[in-house]
Amino acid sequence: MSLLEDELQTEAEEAKGAAALSPASLTAFRRGLSGVTVPIITTIIAFIAGGLIVLATGHNPLSTYQSIFNGTGLNWLFPWVSGSDRATAAGNLQQTLLNATPLILVGLAVAFAFRAGMFNIGGQGQYTVGWIVAVWVGSSFHGMPSLLHIAFAIVAAAAAGGAWAGIAGVLKATTGANEVISTIMLNWIAIWLGVYCFQLGGPLHNPHMPSTPVSNNVVGGAKLPVIWGSLQGLDVGIFISLAIAVGFGLLINRTRLGYEARTVGFNPEAAKYAGMNVGRTWIRVMVICGAFAGVAASLDILGWKFNLFTNDIQTSQIGFYGIAVALLGRNTASGTVAAALLWGALLTGTSSRNFSLSIDPTLVQYLTFMIEGIIILLVSTDVITLRLLKGGRRIRIAVKRWGAEEVTVTKGDHS
Amino acid sequence: MSVGSVAISPPRAVSAKHVGLAGVILGALAWVITIPPFEVRGVVPSIVLAAFALLAGTWAVAGGERKLGIEAILVAVVAFAGAVASAKSSVATLESVFTWSALVAATLRYATPLVFAALGGVISESSGVINIGLEGMMLMGCFWGIYGADLLGSWVWGMVVAMLAGGLLALLHAVFSIHLRANQIVSGTGINFLALGITGYFLEYHYGPNGTPLNISQVPNVHLPLIQHVGFFGGAFGNANLMTWIGLALVPALTFFLFRTRGGLRLRSVGEKPRAADTVGLPVLRIRYVAVVVSGMFAALGGAYLSVGFVGSFSNNMTNGRGFIALAAMIFGK
Repeated sequence: MSLLEDELQTEAEEAKGAAALSPASLTAFRRGLSGVTVPIITTIIAFIAGGLIVLATGHNPLSTYQSIFNGTGLNWLFPWVSGSDRATAAGNLQQTLLNATPLILVGLAVAFAFRAGMFNIGGQGQYTVGWIVAVWVGSSFHGMPSLLHIAFAIVAAAAAGGAWAGIAGVLKATTGANEVISTIMLNWIAIWLGVYCFQLGGPLHNPHMPSTPVSNNVVGGAKLPVIWGSLQGLDVGIFISLAIAVGFGLLINRTRLGYEARTVGFNPEAAKYAGMNVGRTWIRVMVICGAFAGVAASLDILGWKFNLFTNDIQTSQIGFYGIAVALLGRNTASGTVAAALLWGALLTGTSSRNFSLSIDPTLVQYLTFMIEGIIILLVSTDVITLRLLKGGRRIRIAVKRWGAEEVTVTKGDHS
Repeated sequence: MSVGSVAISPPRAVSAKHVGLAGVILGALAWVITIPPFEVRGVVPSIVLAAFALLAGTWAVAGGERKLGIEAILVAVVAFAGAVASAKSSVATLESVFTWSALVAATLRYATPLVFAALGGVISESSGVINIGLEGMMLMGCFWGIYGADLLGSWVWGMVVAMLAGGLLALLHAVFSIHLRANQIVSGTGINFLALGITGYFLEYHYGPNGTPLNISQVPNVHLPLIQHVGFFGGAFGNANLMTWIGLALVPALTFFLFRTRGGLRLRSVGEKPRAADTVGLPVLRIRYVAVVVSGMFAALGGAYLSVGFVGSFSNNMTNGRGFIALAAMIFGK
């Protein structure tokens, strides 16, 4: 059978609907087969492919990867690393976790939208408005009780991000506007709004820095407590991030909104037929996504950034990274956390502050993008990895996209 | 307009639709005449035009063309406000705001890469493959265009190399999204990351921290001898880049191809009803492959225009989201 015939057959089966097999059970099946192993294997393949590129351009891939690994600070976990190496490793590990903190949340912002059948490219814009509000709240309201101030800044940033994403949600629900376009455009609006706010003479510009486009500094009381390290040490933000990830897992799997979101994501028509308000679900999901991104921004501001340059706003790429994290994490809570840790580690390990690199750090930075691109490409289809994993029979099934009878057969084998 | 009302109302020389359209145009005119190059001073002509537009709008609404009529009324109101505002501001201010020819020229300059990429998006989309990877393919064209122009000494070769690079990346996208049945949005995102990595890596690898050399052969501008010095038109079109003209020419060409030729019909049928296309014997998968690869070449040309045509150098992530804007433009224009 040709691929096209397969596709047509799948289409026909999908058209027949739940009679043969529900999309939910198909997904469950795919997860069961490829839950943890496939992402890990794809990551390994991607690293091998990246290593080949390094080799082709005349560098040693093994030493490169080793120095990246040391740069991430993960060698702190080894007991035999001691002395000044250990101190460096600790600093790097703190940086890795600091990087992962917002990535978890921005990843969740993309993942939740994906689960509800939407593509939220607007993580960048939602994060940016979160930045603006967080730095404004954090640098105003002197003398507020510390805990209250922090909570206020985080909630305000979440509300701003949520409202920003909510615009796209409302547009989609009421006029059918494609959320891909509206979130991209909202990104640009947010970026230029931020530049306007903090540029020289802008409404939130720091008056004590007449020649630098920068915001006011966050007041001492609004800074998140540092729990590990001294020089830009790890703050409690990572725990807030992880707690929200746990909350997201509960939200998507154990609540009515999560159920509705997943249903709408599988099939909006069916969800509507079942009596769900599809438009309202879209809006709610988008608002929550935006809130995640807003919290991410506030944790960065209150945790280690403390002020905001217009240049930061224009060069930040975290929304882009968030998409990668969500896709690698397969839009689940635990997967997103793991992917964010990996991505945060790669960012730290390849940053120019990693002095142990044997080759040009810029080169390695772009190597990261390549590896990430290969990972996402491989994540987009399970077929290749499944071929490696399972051999002939299972591939046929994979290529055929789980034609109904094969699935039943394999399901028997699998359980 | 329901059949009943047509039967009852007396036959009219002008239909409500035409009146409504005229209203929209009159309303727009009310504003246009007050700004350069016309610059009618005084509000009275605008008031008259806007009043006519209102009248036409009301007529259209009464004649059953509700939407068009309301549009005409809205345009009239906005145009009136705009006309008052322009009439109150000084001529000098207007001139500086609306330096029309420069504005048009800049619009063309900035639109060119988007035109190429959006056309690429159209080709891929009509074959039934969503191309989120436009951004990455543009970026590939951007870098490899410079590389080709530098290495082979001519912008023509730069364009060829750019198209090859963009087509190659698009082929990867095609393999994943067509043969491996990947989620097209996800694989497109992967393509974008990959392109960011490849271009950044090879920029650093080949040129190092100094960046691309300065004396790159650039796409020439087209000097139109007749209108080059004719005021507005000379400023706007007299000195546009060759790629701009090619891009503009490609728009009607692609429209013709898609809607007036056999190949275009095949492409669209493959996108809209693959089953039917397969039944009549079209090679669905092959057509999709070709469409995606050509789409990548178009996007790469847009990117190459940015580097080889416009700036003359390459910097990391030079396209900076233009592929996504092109994607938006493509969906907007559907």
